[in-house]
This record gives sequence, structure tokens and C-alpha cells, in this order.
Amino acid sequence: MSVSKDKIKIEGLTGDAAIAHALKQADLDVLAAYPITPQTIIVEDYQRFAADGEVKARVIPVESEHSAMSACVGASAVGGRVATASASAGLALMWEILYCAASMRMPIVFTVANRALSAPINIHNDHSDGMGMRDSGFIQLYCQSSQEAYDTTIMAFKLAERHDVLLPVMVGIDGFIVSHNVERVEMLPDDVVTKFLGVREPFISLDPDKPITMGPLALTDYYFEFKEQQDEAIMGVGEAYKEVEEEFTKLTGRKYGLFETYKTDDADIIILAMSSMGGTAKVVADAMREKGDKVGVVRLKMFRPFPTKEIAKAIGKAKAVAVFEKAMSFGAAGHPLALEVRTALYEAKERPMVVNFVVGLGGRDVPPMTFVDGIEKTKEYLKKGEAPMYETLGVRK
Amino acid sequence: MSEKYDEIPIAGNIIEPGNSEKYKTGGWRAERPIHSDEKCLWIKNGTCGRCWIFCPDMAVILTEKDGKYSYAYNYDFCKGCGICAKECPTDSIHMEKE
Repeated sequence: MSVSKDKIKIEGLTGDAAIAHALKQADLDVLAAYPITPQTIIVEDYQRFAADGEVKARVIPVESEHSAMSACVGASAVGGRVATASASAGLALMWEILYCAASMRMPIVFTVANRALSAPINIHNDHSDGMGMRDSGFIQLYCQSSQEAYDTTIMAFKLAERHDVLLPVMVGIDGFIVSHNVERVEMLPDDVVTKFLGVREPFISLDPDKPITMGPLALTDYYFEFKEQQDEAIMGVGEAYKEVEEEFTKLTGRKYGLFETYKTDDADIIILAMSSMGGTAKVVADAMREKGDKVGVVRLKMFRPFPTKEIAKAIGKAKAVAVFEKAMSFGAAGHPLALEVRTALYEAKERPMVVNFVVGLGGRDVPPMTFVDGIEKTKEYLKKGEAPMYETLGVRK
Repeated sequence: MSEKYDEIPIAGNIIEPGNSEKYKTGGWRAERPIHSDEKCLWIKNGTCGRCWIFCPDMAVILTEKDGKYSYAYNYDFCKGCGICAKECPTDSIHMEKE
């Protein structure tokens, strides 16, 4: 049943504040985090809720991000609902424990304001941190708006804690672009979120009365079998997410899917991008269509697991897909998002040309003209019948 | 060790406490400790027990029955580390190649 309009609270919130509100309503048991720009507001706001007695959670102010994620693993192991937040260098310092969290099957929600990695030190947005953890076993959901960040953070707990999933979830927003910009956010009443999420029912937990060991040694004889379990779990996440979102949509009417499509049905060129770039891309698609170019947009939300078949189907009919991405995999045969897209298409009957643009590193603005440049280049490449492996756009060269 | 991935607990959890007893580490042993009763203080008067204290695998078995002390090793678990031989104050233990 949809929640009636008069019960919805509407506020102007930054992406970070929207996430903090979602964490508050999720009724956490433990939040352990270390401050880092541009995620700091999430934890600052949450600490204020804790200091004001608005939440019951134990907030652990740790000495590093490595400890933050470690504390989260411990709290999750005893059956708590747990969250943390980080970005960039902080996320990089967590790296070892990210793998532990995923492999030990801890349903931790990890909100990230995506930010560039050093050096040179840079506090602005790109997706280097998220792509750096892409193989850790975390589910990755990238959001376009403050509203989506709020909605996704709530859904993330439901998804993570399902016994057929039991994996940590990264919820990403673009640093500063979404984390610090104020947008209109519709918030559900507390009791509706409480009912939607329920209390976490751990599949198995640490209990002194029934002792077990978590995270022990497994060598040549068993390690591989545990990885097989993990692989099976993450490959089922696409379907699990759809079920979670369906339930959420009944309350709110809002629906995002694994990815969002915009005017793709008849599109010759499809822009494929993640996070806040999706909004700009849609405006560009409209403007290009007025000029007579049939441009559409796929805005990817779920990067892990990658919705391979669904993406191949959604873009298969276009002549070209222009992948715009904010990360570099130095020395790779293409950059992280384009690598996935090309692989997804390899077995498909219909294969559009894949053009790979790296944009926006270190927070370099990605204005509509960057997309227009990319589309004009893509049109040329279509005429020529070939495109470079990848190229950078928006850099002085 | 023939279980398939879906026949074992999730995430490598050990759900049965104390089951390391089932994992016999004696097969790791390259040298075995040999004990002689002659100078051993445990055999003499039930004191010392340094080998028992230091053994990381609880493989030293010290027993007493009717005032008579006896000494043995549990070779199912003795890895042959040699700590007992090193710690023995009366040189009553020496290591021999398996």
C-alpha cells in the first residue's frame, strides 16, 4: 500500500544528509566510521542523531578506516545491523577488510561519496575509489540524486540481509556533485521504514552459548569451495534486488531498476554512464533529438553484479554505445565500465560499436558539451566504421 | 574433504566447536621426541612438567596412578616441533628422525 502524501516528509537535503536520514530510520545497531571528505556529513549528522538520543545505535569513532570496517565486520558477526561510510583514500585503507566483509558474508551497508584517489591529492568526484573495490565482492549501487541515495540506502539493508544474498552493499553518490548539493527529498515515516526493514534475522551469528568460529583458515582443500558459494550468491543479486525494489515501489511509487533507460527504443547512439552524469546525459539526449540525432541514455545503477544480459538487450539495437566513465584502469584494454559493456556484447547477436570516453577525473566538470563532443566523435567513428580503443575527453591535450 | 561447495557451512564458518581434534597433525612430524625415564622429574616425584606446559598441541600425556608416575606422547597430534626436548631441564627428551 502506497504511503499517503500527508505522511511523507519533504526536505531539502544534500546527498550525504539524505543518507544520514536513511541510516537513522534503518535503526542501526552499530555505526563505525572515520571522517573523510566528501562523506563526512553522513557520519556527522548520524553522530548528532546519536548524541541527541534519536537513535539507539552504538557509534564507534575509530582510529582509521581499516578499523572502521573491522569493527563493522565484528558487529555484523554478532548479528547487528551495521553501516559505515567512506571515500577515496579512506576506502583504499579499508581495502583488506572489504574482502573480509564480503567473504565472511556480512550484510554491511557502506555508503560512499565517490572521490578521486591520490596522487595528486584531490577531494573531488570520480569513480576511482569505487572501481578500486569492484572485485572485493561488494554489491555496488551508484545513485544519481539525493532521493535515490535515500531510497537506495534503505533498500540496501533489505537486500544485504536476505539469506539468499548475505553480502555487503556499497551505495555510491558522486562526491560534492550529489553529496553536497541540496535537493528535494521525500522521506518515508519512521514506522513505514521500520516495517519495511524489520529486525535483522542473522543467518548465523557469534554467540558465547553456542560457540562457532568465523573467518578461519581455509587452504587448498576448502578455499575454492567458499569462493564458489560467494560467486553463486552475488550472481543472484540482480533478481533479489528486483524483488526488494518491487516492495519499495509499492510504498513510494519510485523505481530505478538495475539501470535506467531513457529514449533508448529508437536510439542510434546510446550514452551509457553512471551516477550524476545520467542527469546531464538525459538533457543532452533531448537537445540532440531536437537537432535530429536519435540519442538515448542508459544510466547504470548496479555495477556489481553487472547486469550483463539485460544491458546487452537494452543497447543491442543501437548503432553505437558511447560509454562515459569517471575512472581509468591504467594499461587496460579499455576502462572499467567499457570493459564490462564490451564483454556483455561479445556473445550478443546485435553488437553496436562501443566507444569509450574517460571523463571527469579528479572532479573535472562534465558539462553537456562534453557529451555533445563525444556524440559527434561517435558519429564520425560510425561513418569510418572504427573507433579508438578509448580516449579521454575534457582534458587539455 | 570430498564435500561440494553447497555441502559445507557458509563462509568457512566452523559451526562445531572443538573439532580441531578431528584434524590429526601428527602427519606433519619429521622428528619424534623420545623420552627416557631415568632423570625425568615427573617420573621421579611428579614435579616439573615443563614439557607438558610448553607443548603447543597437548601431546604430552602425564599420568599418575596409585603414586606411580608414567609418561607418554600422543603421536596423533605431536608435530615434532621439539619444544619439549628444548625445555626439558634434565635432558630426558631427545629428537629422532622419523
